[in-house]
Amino acid sequence: MESIKDKVAIVGMGCTKFGERWDVGLNDLAIEAAYEAYEDAGVGPEDIQACWFGTVSAPVIGIGATVAAEALKLHDIPITRVENWCATGHEALRGACMGVASGMYDLVLVLGVEKLKDTGFAGLGTGRGMHPLYEARRTAPGSFALIATRYFHQYGLSPEEGKRTIGKIAVKNHHNGSMCPKAHFRNEITLEQVMNAPIIAWPLGLFDCCGNSDGGAAAIVVRADMAKQFRHDPVYIKGLGLSFDAMLPHNRPGFSWTSFSSMVNSARQAYEQAGVKNPRQELDIAVIHDCFTITELVIYEDMGFSPHGGAKEDIDSGFFTLEGGLPVNTDGGLKCFGHPVGASGLRMTYEVYKQIQGKAELPSRQLKEVKLGLSHTFGGPPQVSAVAILGGEPG
Amino acid sequence: MVGITSFGAYIPLFRLSRDAIAKAWLRDSLGGERSVANSDEDSMTMAVEAAFDCLRGVERKNVDGLFFASTTAPYKEKQCSTLVAAVADMESEIITADYANCLRAGTNALRSALNAVSAGRARNILVAAADCRLGYPRSDFEQSFGDGAAALLVGDSGAIATLEESYSCSEEMLDVWRTDEDTFVRSWEGRWVLGEGYSANIQRATKEVMKRSRLEPKDFAKAIFPSPDTRTHRRLAQSTGFDIGSQVQDPLLAAVGHCGAAHSLMMLVAALEEAKPGDRILLTSYGDGADAFVFQVTEEIEKLEERRGVKGHIASKMSLPSYERYLSYRDIVGTVPSEPFRLFPSATVLWRDRNSTLRCHGSRCRRCGVVSYPIQRICINCRSKDDFEEVRLSDKGGKVFTFSSDNLAGRSDDPVVVQTVVESEEGAARIYCMMTDCQPSEVKVDMPVELTFRRIYEGAGFHNYFWKCRPPREGGK
Repeated sequence: MESIKDKVAIVGMGCTKFGERWDVGLNDLAIEAAYEAYEDAGVGPEDIQACWFGTVSAPVIGIGATVAAEALKLHDIPITRVENWCATGHEALRGACMGVASGMYDLVLVLGVEKLKDTGFAGLGTGRGMHPLYEARRTAPGSFALIATRYFHQYGLSPEEGKRTIGKIAVKNHHNGSMCPKAHFRNEITLEQVMNAPIIAWPLGLFDCCGNSDGGAAAIVVRADMAKQFRHDPVYIKGLGLSFDAMLPHNRPGFSWTSFSSMVNSARQAYEQAGVKNPRQELDIAVIHDCFTITELVIYEDMGFSPHGGAKEDIDSGFFTLEGGLPVNTDGGLKCFGHPVGASGLRMTYEVYKQIQGKAELPSRQLKEVKLGLSHTFGGPPQVSAVAILGGEPG
Repeated sequence: MVGITSFGAYIPLFRLSRDAIAKAWLRDSLGGERSVANSDEDSMTMAVEAAFDCLRGVERKNVDGLFFASTTAPYKEKQCSTLVAAVADMESEIITADYANCLRAGTNALRSALNAVSAGRARNILVAAADCRLGYPRSDFEQSFGDGAAALLVGDSGAIATLEESYSCSEEMLDVWRTDEDTFVRSWEGRWVLGEGYSANIQRATKEVMKRSRLEPKDFAKAIFPSPDTRTHRRLAQSTGFDIGSQVQDPLLAAVGHCGAAHSLMMLVAALEEAKPGDRILLTSYGDGADAFVFQVTEEIEKLEERRGVKGHIASKMSLPSYERYLSYRDIVGTVPSEPFRLFPSATVLWRDRNSTLRCHGSRCRRCGVVSYPIQRICINCRSKDDFEEVRLSDKGGKVFTFSSDNLAGRSDDPVVVQTVVESEEGAARIYCMMTDCQPSEVKVDMPVELTFRRIYEGAGFHNYFWKCRPPREGGK
């Protein structure tokens, strides 16, 4: 097994405005994301040799990669549609990186888009799973709230203490998102608002849940040795991890519902490739899967940012704020961008890419000296987790 | 000796005060309360509950027949006894039959079971009766009906009550009925229905069965007359010569309501709960004629393990918060259409997975002992392939490992769905399911739960049933 480290680089990225984009469809989102990436890399559709396209739901199952071909008129090249739950965006990136690293292609497009606001209903829907009975009334908030209940129980937090702890994550992410022009939600919130918000799935309230948004993001991936031909500040892929688990692995002895092996292993794979020994100290930024506030908390622990059971202390001390030791979800995360599933992994990667280049839209939220960053998606729970580590310099 | 070898009953958790119904319609109240099936219950699921109560301590493989009786079967074409039998984890080489269309369906099924066992064509037949009838809004029936179920195991040895005599007669009259298109029960003029129909037939059958068994009212410990109302019940008891105070079984109307085809068997279960060896019990049920039985209770009754029966289920209850909730639980008023389910129901999936979905079997790995639910061909712990035995989890208790109270997954009349991970006492198997019959605000990690078979949604033109958990009802573990 060889590491992907420094074999490929990203030389252009695009990201749509996220939100309730009533007036645009899936094709428009694809165009908006791809053309920003083309412009950023200084390339055009004629330069694309292959495309990896990630989308989960829309408009119907079984349409392959037609959206990418149809919207972008990418004729005569291979296009691969990928779907891997919430990790779909990362999975498209991983496929593209492997295609380039193999030497089969020099320059490819990665595209992730999702149009959620065409169903007539809020949320990702009821019946998340594979079986018409076992998961008939399963919803995303209902599933992730199982983690919060168990976490509070395992670590002896009262519902009040537990909710205040994860509530601080919502306040932090909304603060960060308020400075991000492409975010869906750009409002600051207070901890009291979080605590008093209506319950969506106990113990999770409205502000513990990410929004339901439309969006798309894209990347141009090239061979690392060509990267400087496109720009002076390409961003290099340092590690790519992806790990799976069963639909409901909770029959495995010791499965706790507060720690997920898919998360631990996807991070381990990426850290090993990137040569990261101590992520808490070595990473300068992490944009992670805060679909719910509790998810962000357990990610801190499973990805080695905090010890297991120690996330509360780091949250309370502000370790993950813009000024903290490891800023997390600097763009507001899924909390402020929402979670158009196929786009999210690439939207997160876009934030890491821009921060490494020092090109966050507003100086107020640009971090200093970002050399190594991580993006991460987690789906299910608890089946799938994907990690990408990016850096500004080879070596 | 052929007779009843075990019994069980089921009454839904919810009770609705008749005053609340009366208040909604600005009319008089019949007093007391009636049972109301939850929105995820129907006659089939209630029959399953009663069957499980009856099967405590009974080897499933010894049961070679299952009869289901109801006037409100969830299917017009499609047998329910096969479904009840599968859920109760019976063998497949059994006789099944549905009894329907008549208030006497419960005792019709009981009589057929007694006949079949007497004739030596079967050894043990489970009779499960349930009903969930609807009275027109504002009608007396709406108040006087209840929802419930009973189950009796009929066998050729070890009877707790042996059959001494039986008698049946048929009477063709349109007293109470529903056409194939009716939702609510219709009836002709009450005085004729109660006089020429109900009372005349019960009197005739009661008299005749006593004559044939050469017994008189004084020879009976209990006489059971399932009745549509308390006044008729009292008059009937007097006219047949039984002492209302000491000999006549409570008609279950004040606390439960008339449970249709199941009612006569529920009253029999209630009588057996109080019976002593040597007691004679008379049961006469009515519906397009009458069925009468004389049973004698044996010493075996003292060996029966504790069960919930009628008494336990009456004692464990929760108030339905409003009459309107009853209307929507019974689909008399509509609920807001929800987003279509993402996972489309499939008859072939249900059939293929029936050992997990209906029989509630998990798999126990023969190599490492880990129990998984649903059945897994490859063990999640040691990856051994196709090396497992199936274990029934439906009658095992458990506790809540974790839960959430989900406001997005429910019906508009019951928006909060409690999602749970249950840890079974069988090998600590974890079961992901919904919780029903609970107060969401009172759910806690580690609280004890038991499994219950419920109707979880409609789709593809059929009813989709699956297991849920609930806080344990009182009595019998």
